[in-house]
Amino acid sequence: MAAPLLQTRDLSMHFGGVKAVNNINFTLAEGELRCLIGPNGAGKSTFFKMLTGQLEPSHGEVLFRGHDISRAHAHQIARLGIGIKTQVPSVFDGLSVRENIHLAASRLHSGERTRQLVDEMLERIGLAHVADRAVGQLAHGQRQWVELGLVLSTDPQLLLLDEPAAGMTHEEVHKTAELVREINRSKALIVVEHDMQFISMIAKQVTVFNRGSILVEDAVENILRNPLVRDIYLGKQALA
Amino acid sequence: MSRRSLNLVGLVAVGIVGLAFLFLTPRLAELDTVLDLTVYMIMAILALSLALIWGYGGILCFGQAAFFGLGAYTYAIAMFNIGESTLPLLLAIILPAAFAALLGYFMFYGRISDVYLGVITLTVTLILFNSVNSTAGPEFHIGAARLGGFNGIPGIPPLNWPFNKSAPIDLEGMFYLSTASLLLTYFGLRLLLASQFGHVMVGIRENERRAELLGYDPRVYKLATFIVGGALAGFAGCLFANWGNFVSPTIFGLAQSAQIIIWVIVGGRGTLIGPVIGCIGMQWLSAALGANQPSGSSDLWSKIFANAPLILGIILIAFVLLVPKGLVPTLADIAASLLRRRQRERRGLSPQQAE
Repeated sequence: MAAPLLQTRDLSMHFGGVKAVNNINFTLAEGELRCLIGPNGAGKSTFFKMLTGQLEPSHGEVLFRGHDISRAHAHQIARLGIGIKTQVPSVFDGLSVRENIHLAASRLHSGERTRQLVDEMLERIGLAHVADRAVGQLAHGQRQWVELGLVLSTDPQLLLLDEPAAGMTHEEVHKTAELVREINRSKALIVVEHDMQFISMIAKQVTVFNRGSILVEDAVENILRNPLVRDIYLGKQALA
Repeated sequence: MSRRSLNLVGLVAVGIVGLAFLFLTPRLAELDTVLDLTVYMIMAILALSLALIWGYGGILCFGQAAFFGLGAYTYAIAMFNIGESTLPLLLAIILPAAFAALLGYFMFYGRISDVYLGVITLTVTLILFNSVNSTAGPEFHIGAARLGGFNGIPGIPPLNWPFNKSAPIDLEGMFYLSTASLLLTYFGLRLLLASQFGHVMVGIRENERRAELLGYDPRVYKLATFIVGGALAGFAGCLFANWGNFVSPTIFGLAQSAQIIIWVIVGGRGTLIGPVIGCIGMQWLSAALGANQPSGSSDLWSKIFANAPLILGIILIAFVLLVPKGLVPTLADIAASLLRRRQRERRGLSPQQAE
């Protein structure tokens, strides 16, 4: 059997005495779309930061197609084919939408080909009409798409999306779900999201994080019925 | 009119004004004016070096004077030892660039944060100042060149035509050389900024983490930018040592370092023409204020106006508080908003005309 696309072995991140992420064993197949849910502080974003070289794990390892990348630099991991859309949109605020996308696309392409790809990407993320506006002036939802466009332009094999639907209107959420499904036709994704409606629009397999560990991993319909999952999400309300 | 065509108009305008200035000045102006203008041109190259690394690279270097001074001293020392200026000129570029590479390597690969970067570069400059300042004795010499400590090195031989020792460049020649160098530096940097390298450099300034997550190694780009800035400053230093035939440790001083930053702040970060204008304007102003020095007793106001550092300080504070983006970006903003308003008015009129 071929190596899975992504695998973590006992992956842990400890900040002082706090075990933000503890012994995560996670496997993702080629072309898979996985949703990651869990309450705030469950370690989802820390997990993403370790996968992308922004944090060096305390111990354990990350294997991407069998290669250990747990100590690689962020830019090396990006070049291997893992792209991330961070929780707070991380874009080039001072540059125009077009310049943003161009910067990402020009790592792999040059000249006329880049310009063509940039135009295609602007259409795809639906921002062609604001292509020459500075990204800093755009609404939150649009900046989310700019970031998505940036990541897609580097043609990654695996996309990590940290709350891609946060701060979006109902209509925008639908559009984003559609885009995620379209991306999944050719690429693998891991999506962190709180919006259960969004999850049910896109998910097949769901992994639930709680207090730095994997609580349960199952198909989406089972997860939504799982009393344990309901408890950790509604626990506070039940106490109140 | 799109941003690209506006850009092109700007480039052509700078080219025409620059060439006219280059060829007409020596024909129209007195020699002492030409001499003054020469040093403005040299300092403008120095301003461009910081405009690149701070304005576009986002690296706040308080020690650009270190590379400038190294260039000047390298040229002087090499000249006394070699006597023919081709190699000294190259050394005055290569040595500061190599020093920038070494310093930059430790700063960028050591992931030193921005604030400490400023502190380190300033400290390096002051260390150089103190070291060179205390080399007054005859025992301090490199080959035939005496370092001279706080007295500096006088009588530096002038540049000559490449590989032709018997054809030194005269004062007017220095004006042509400095002005042409400034123009070449300006257009060269414009080319650099229009390249893929330049785009990534600006991207890193805007959001280093994002650039990294897209697969660009910020350390490489910052280091390369820093080296180019160091080489340019060294080259300006070489021209400066030629201009006065003299170099002293004040070239490494706090005042010199601060001055370069002031030029960039006043002219505007994120532009190239801004720091050039800022540099020339501020120098002209200091010269004008200095010439105003009252002889004997005079009233309070003329004393205040004759105090150049005071006036320049007030100008700096005024700019930081009132025009924080600097002269050129602010003017560009005003022009852009006027243009938008005119377009809006025209659009507002046209439906009525159609009726």
